[in-house]
Amino acid sequence: MGSTPGMSEAKQKIVGRSVARLEDRPLLLGQGRFAADVSFAGQWSMRVVRSAVAHGKLRGIDASAALAWPGVHAVWTHKDVAHIPPIPFRLTGLKELEPYRQTVLAKDYVRYVGEPVVVVFAADQYVAEDAADLVELDIEPLTPVLDASGATGPFDGTHATEPSVIRKGYGDVEAAFKAAHAVVSLALSTGRHSGVPMETRGAIARYDEGRDILEMHGAAKVPWWNRDHIAQMIGRTRDNMHLYEGHVGGGFGIRGEIYPEDVLVCAAALAFKKPIKWIEDRREHLIAANHSRQQQHNVRAAIDTNGRILAIDNEFFHDNGAYMRTHAATVPDLAAAMLPGPYRVPAYRAIGHIRLTNKTPSGTYRAPGRYESTFVRERLMDAIAAHVGIDGVEIRRRNLIGKSAMPYDLHLDTLGTHIVYDSGDYALLLDKTLAAAGWPELKASLTKRRAAGEKVGAGVAMFVEKSGLGPSDTVRVDVKSNGKIEVVTGVASVGQGVETAMAQIAADALGVDYTDINVIHGQTDRIDTGSGAFASRVTVMCGEATRLASVKLRDRALKLAAELMQTEPGALDIINSEIVRRSGSGASMTLAELAQARPGELSAEDTFLSSHMVYPYGVHIAAVKVDGETGAVAIERYVIGYDVGKAVNPRLVESQIAGGLAQGLGGALLEEFVYDDHGEPLSVTFADYLMPTAREVPAMSILITEDAPSPLNPMGLKGAGEGGANPVGAAIASAIDDALQRPGAVADLPVTPQRLARLLKERPGPL
Amino acid sequence: MTDKSPLTLTINGRDHAIAVEARRTLADAIREDCGQTGTHIGCEHGICGACTVIVDGEPVRSCLMFAVQAEGRQIRTVEGLADGETLHVMQQAFMDHHGLQCGFCTPGFLMLAVGVLEREPDISDDDLLDVLSSNLCRCTGYQNIIKAVRAAADEMRK
Repeated sequence: MGSTPGMSEAKQKIVGRSVARLEDRPLLLGQGRFAADVSFAGQWSMRVVRSAVAHGKLRGIDASAALAWPGVHAVWTHKDVAHIPPIPFRLTGLKELEPYRQTVLAKDYVRYVGEPVVVVFAADQYVAEDAADLVELDIEPLTPVLDASGATGPFDGTHATEPSVIRKGYGDVEAAFKAAHAVVSLALSTGRHSGVPMETRGAIARYDEGRDILEMHGAAKVPWWNRDHIAQMIGRTRDNMHLYEGHVGGGFGIRGEIYPEDVLVCAAALAFKKPIKWIEDRREHLIAANHSRQQQHNVRAAIDTNGRILAIDNEFFHDNGAYMRTHAATVPDLAAAMLPGPYRVPAYRAIGHIRLTNKTPSGTYRAPGRYESTFVRERLMDAIAAHVGIDGVEIRRRNLIGKSAMPYDLHLDTLGTHIVYDSGDYALLLDKTLAAAGWPELKASLTKRRAAGEKVGAGVAMFVEKSGLGPSDTVRVDVKSNGKIEVVTGVASVGQGVETAMAQIAADALGVDYTDINVIHGQTDRIDTGSGAFASRVTVMCGEATRLASVKLRDRALKLAAELMQTEPGALDIINSEIVRRSGSGASMTLAELAQARPGELSAEDTFLSSHMVYPYGVHIAAVKVDGETGAVAIERYVIGYDVGKAVNPRLVESQIAGGLAQGLGGALLEEFVYDDHGEPLSVTFADYLMPTAREVPAMSILITEDAPSPLNPMGLKGAGEGGANPVGAAIASAIDDALQRPGAVADLPVTPQRLARLLKERPGPL
Repeated sequence: MTDKSPLTLTINGRDHAIAVEARRTLADAIREDCGQTGTHIGCEHGICGACTVIVDGEPVRSCLMFAVQAEGRQIRTVEGLADGETLHVMQQAFMDHHGLQCGFCTPGFLMLAVGVLEREPDISDDDLLDVLSSNLCRCTGYQNIIKAVRAAADEMRK
């Protein structure tokens, strides 16, 4: 504690408290500024004409009727944008994948239903849509490729179906399988689904000729990277182009990447010198924005007589869709790298086939690669338990990495970092979560109900998440002349509460009220670099940068104030924006007075660098009831334990987990992008693509623990964005198996009522 | 296709004289022609409920209604909920119970809940859950929305 205890105690820490969000008021008043809310005088609306054919040769385009339509200003096809290179890779950009990048408008071939082929520019949205309907595409159909796991072959005239294979591993897998007591094998799959934020995408570009500045509004997630690369694609520089993030209606990984439409509005604003506005409709969103998650895994475990894992061998097929987008190999790479999870796996091999299909291209979605590989690993643990004849909890306990093994080097790399679990007490969290669920009583009560004829059961899933991806974040903190604080960051907000969390951290470091802090994010003209918001990185990376810059600013303020107050900086403190003497007596001055006395000097910038990610971990417990007639699954109980190292705002952490759970349930039970045999997407409205409602998402118990602070940053922070979603498919599958008393019954997600009813009908009774 | 007819929309007690095509949705008219962008459009096919407004006391999907159908009727949007600086109890409850994250679906939920509770103040918890399941949220997992609406319902009954 400080030198004058009375005063230090008066400074109540705000980090760690569930204070109200700074973001809420404008959003509740209807004053949010989402992409569609941005308009400029004289703007043109852009409408994209998309391929209605899954696979074909583009023989010709007749846009004459559209061009003649009243109110239409221009029509673009590939030849108008031929000078624009394909969209570059942001992460995991393997060289061999480059030929598979997407051009902003289709050239020669169309490769999925929804691919942009033509854009129409018109006076307003209704006119643009009328005219777009008049564009005729002459496409010679080719046989679509829809199965990602069959034999490889030609994708079309220019491409092959398997552009690359991810290989990861360590240890002697062959020897382990030879020496094994038994081998447990499974074939599993996760369904094609995605983030589907409530706000569809949107991009509005405006060229200010007088200043030679090109602006794009509607940015999200990674505005700085997108600024640099869109600029490069259209022949500009990072200095004469700016991206602006307004309110963002949910991100979940899929929103904010560079898509064709972002580049098209920018190129068109430059070409026509008119503001160009594009707002996606929902059907477009479901066939054009990144899909995710669809993988098939063939996994084997070598085990000893006690069910201890000796090796895991996993070969999987990643259904990427038709092009390699900005995430390139990221999702299969993460699936391969994160599969071992919280267990000791002495030898490991993963072979991940990246496959092209004539479906919407894919990218990351909350817990990318981990939702998939956690499902696989945890199904495997249940299968091992069944094989050995012991309980699912016991098999996990036997295989967990011990606390004393931390930090634990996994001997695998992903996202350009070496995976070292920084801290964790997995067994402790398992115990705590089981206790929170009242596990023995829950199991006993379910057993009793099953005996009475109900199909009820419970399952457990464990996982390790990753977060806090570097390499760096820079933050600038200023005291304004009115005493208010401005924190300028290089991150983005997708609705998760960034402003509040950063303000809490800065408030503690500075000695001010968090409501006096204005956090800037997503504005490329306010700070030169920024890494954005993805991979649960913001609170860890930007949080520590905010703390560093705030501490620096505090030191500067005390030094400047000491000169004016004729004392030593060490004799001063900042309490509620007031610089006071630690002695408790004598004159004081406010930060506003100091800022006015020393204009421009109350500013500090600092950077946090990190070459390793930090690894939160969790346990999910689900109890379900299966309707034997309809195959519907109702969640009766859901308990989550998650260790985040240190929670800046526990309520915001809980809500991240709650929202993640809802999305995880969607992927486990409801959501699926279905295609027919011709590659026609069948899930193109919210009546076909079913997302959980208030009826399907259960009340849940969330236990946030801080037993394993990260040693890699001073506050011990780990990210909380993805632990709600990660193991939901796994936990639900385990609970359904238990309800049916059929180990391994669930091999494929989502477990839709139709699928489960078929399963019950085909093989009634226990296995 | 571009024949526009004059029309007056009454939004939050204020008249907006506009001219729109017969096919223009109420949602587009409120947002684009009347400049009230607090009402959001999430699907344009009546499922997500982000565009919910109250018309003559009834919550409706403004994407499924034409602007011309709303002439002469009282339209209420999220912009009309607060009384000056004072939030409506429903808005306050959403803040107190952390019933929003990105805030995109929020105006729709607010108008749905207010509209229903004004008509049916004593609605049962289960019926209320049915009502709330008619709108989609992708961030919160709904529990905090349910808590907020129940708390506001208690307040509104007082």
